[in-house]
Amino acid sequence: MDFSITKKQQMIRKITREFAETYIAPVAEESDKNSQLDPNVFKLIKEMNYFGICIPRKYGGAGLHNDTISFAIIVEEIGRVDASWAITVGVHCSVVAYPLYIFGTEEQKQKFLIPLATGEKLGAFALTEANAGSDAAGIETSAVLDGDEWVLNGSKIFATNGGIAKTLLVAAKTGQRGRKSIFSVFIVDTDTKGFSVGVKEDKLGVRASNTSELVFQDVRVPKENVLGGVGNGYQIVLKILDFGRILIAAQCVGLGQAALEASVKYANEREQFGRKIGKFQGIQWKIADMGCAIESARLLTYKAAYMCDHGMDYGLASSMAKLVASEAAMQATHYAVQIHGGYGLMKAYQVERFFRDAKVAEIYEGTSEIQRMVIANRLLRQTF
Amino acid sequence: MKVFVCIKQVPGVAEVKIDVTTGKLIREGVPSIINPVDKHAIELALQIKEEQGAEVIALSMGPPQAEEALREALAMGVDKAYLLTDKEFAGADTLATSYTLALAIRKILQESEKNEKYLVICGLQAIDGDTAQVGPELAEELNIPQITYVQKIEFKGDKIIAESALRQDEVMVMETRLPALITVLKEINIPRFPTLIGIVDAYEKKEVVYLDTRQLNADKRKIGLTGSQTQVWKIFVPQQKGEHIKLSGSVKEMVKQLCQYLKEDKIL
Repeated sequence: MDFSITKKQQMIRKITREFAETYIAPVAEESDKNSQLDPNVFKLIKEMNYFGICIPRKYGGAGLHNDTISFAIIVEEIGRVDASWAITVGVHCSVVAYPLYIFGTEEQKQKFLIPLATGEKLGAFALTEANAGSDAAGIETSAVLDGDEWVLNGSKIFATNGGIAKTLLVAAKTGQRGRKSIFSVFIVDTDTKGFSVGVKEDKLGVRASNTSELVFQDVRVPKENVLGGVGNGYQIVLKILDFGRILIAAQCVGLGQAALEASVKYANEREQFGRKIGKFQGIQWKIADMGCAIESARLLTYKAAYMCDHGMDYGLASSMAKLVASEAAMQATHYAVQIHGGYGLMKAYQVERFFRDAKVAEIYEGTSEIQRMVIANRLLRQTF
Repeated sequence: MKVFVCIKQVPGVAEVKIDVTTGKLIREGVPSIINPVDKHAIELALQIKEEQGAEVIALSMGPPQAEEALREALAMGVDKAYLLTDKEFAGADTLATSYTLALAIRKILQESEKNEKYLVICGLQAIDGDTAQVGPELAEELNIPQITYVQKIEFKGDKIIAESALRQDEVMVMETRLPALITVLKEINIPRFPTLIGIVDAYEKKEVVYLDTRQLNADKRKIGLTGSQTQVWKIFVPQQKGEHIKLSGSVKEMVKQLCQYLKEDKIL
């Protein structure tokens, strides 16, 4: 057993940290305020190849398709300065580009994956609907075959990157077997006639990340745009979510780390009653708990990534990582605000933003409650 | 054309602490970095490669862990990297260092096509030693012209025209034929970040070649501590003694003030 990361991964962490601190951190507060991603950062992230992390070279990526730990490290380091950019890059990579690489046909990869991996086009995954979130069986968006094309109708909500994406993966109902709906996943170009972006959400946290409603009105999609075969949507969606949970976990590790670092700095500077507040046990216990929670989350996240890279079933590990990491980030950011006292409530101090961003992570990509259901279901079926 | 870039791995200065009892640098837990101005040297070499076409070769002398600095240079886009490492190189001053670097450059030139023109680029100085001597001494070792404190460079056939800020408040524009050596200032450019593809290639497709005393066929009297004309006798933190007064105003006013202070202290 070896807990050390490779020299290459160390370099990836070092460079990503420098890059994030140089270019993303200075504009994070402004982006949060305006609920808008900075276009210059967009360009730079593209140049850094971060949109193609998990994709092989031959499809325009960085070639780290067997190195999910590096993916986690990059998302973690971006999340350490701005959770919004972590989710924007992470969603694009993990629930759009990566599934296209895993389930796509060669033609689909040539046509859709290459522009995603090079960052020429941004991707979004459209699953959630007004009446179907964690209960994916309730999906009402439908796809009906008409000649050589599927015709999509319905609307999706809360799609991360939705309003700025050019390529979508859309889950839609394609049939019925008894009382059970059958789904398929479609690759949809947002230039297709009948597609439109609805409401852009104004959120509590990860405000700079784009969250939008997507509307499909007789959107005609060629037959060859079905991902992973007609009727296989449910299994594909589950696989996509397994990988996506590593992303959220990594984002939360970075966010928690940022909260810890800010708290340590403040506790070593701020004086009350004639001493640094870090000398008080009440603060020390919080710092210790933050450190433990974040490190546990980091280990679980890397373990899920490791299992993925070694062809093991990592679904349970990624759910555990997502649950533990999002709750660790929530606790750490909550403590960070508390340690900062009145200043923690102020926009001028980053921890206020971290706190809002962490709350989102306990909800999207499967709430903490859903994660506990998934984990318990797995454990209750397991033989020990 | 070959462009050689000489880089040094140094402790990240912002985080260096000094042990007050021994007066030595505490290096444990301090991350090592590429000497900041050397990154500008690498950037310049890469820009020359992109504009003129050239093979960019990075060189560093140091312990095996300096490989990390060379990997970062490879990740930025450098083509090849050589690490000059040997226990016998240890304790080298600037003269022994430039002798060793010159041997490596000559060796690489011997192995390439005859009379290939080349340029050597060094950062002005390292943040740890701060001597600014290795560049100029290396040019002497190689017996090639040098232009130091370069803030801008232009190619004109096999000549370069460089703007040097050697003297304060004036810029000297100088021309020389290649081969030549320049030392650069950080004002010359903004170094690029290594891309993800660059990092992956630096570890999977490129290599760092190790060169030792034997491979360089080095004269043992000229390397390491033996070859050093200067030796570090002691490193210490200067103690602040007394107060200092800063004078301002015109020269006349300052002289007047100074004389007054000197009179007050009964020096005059």
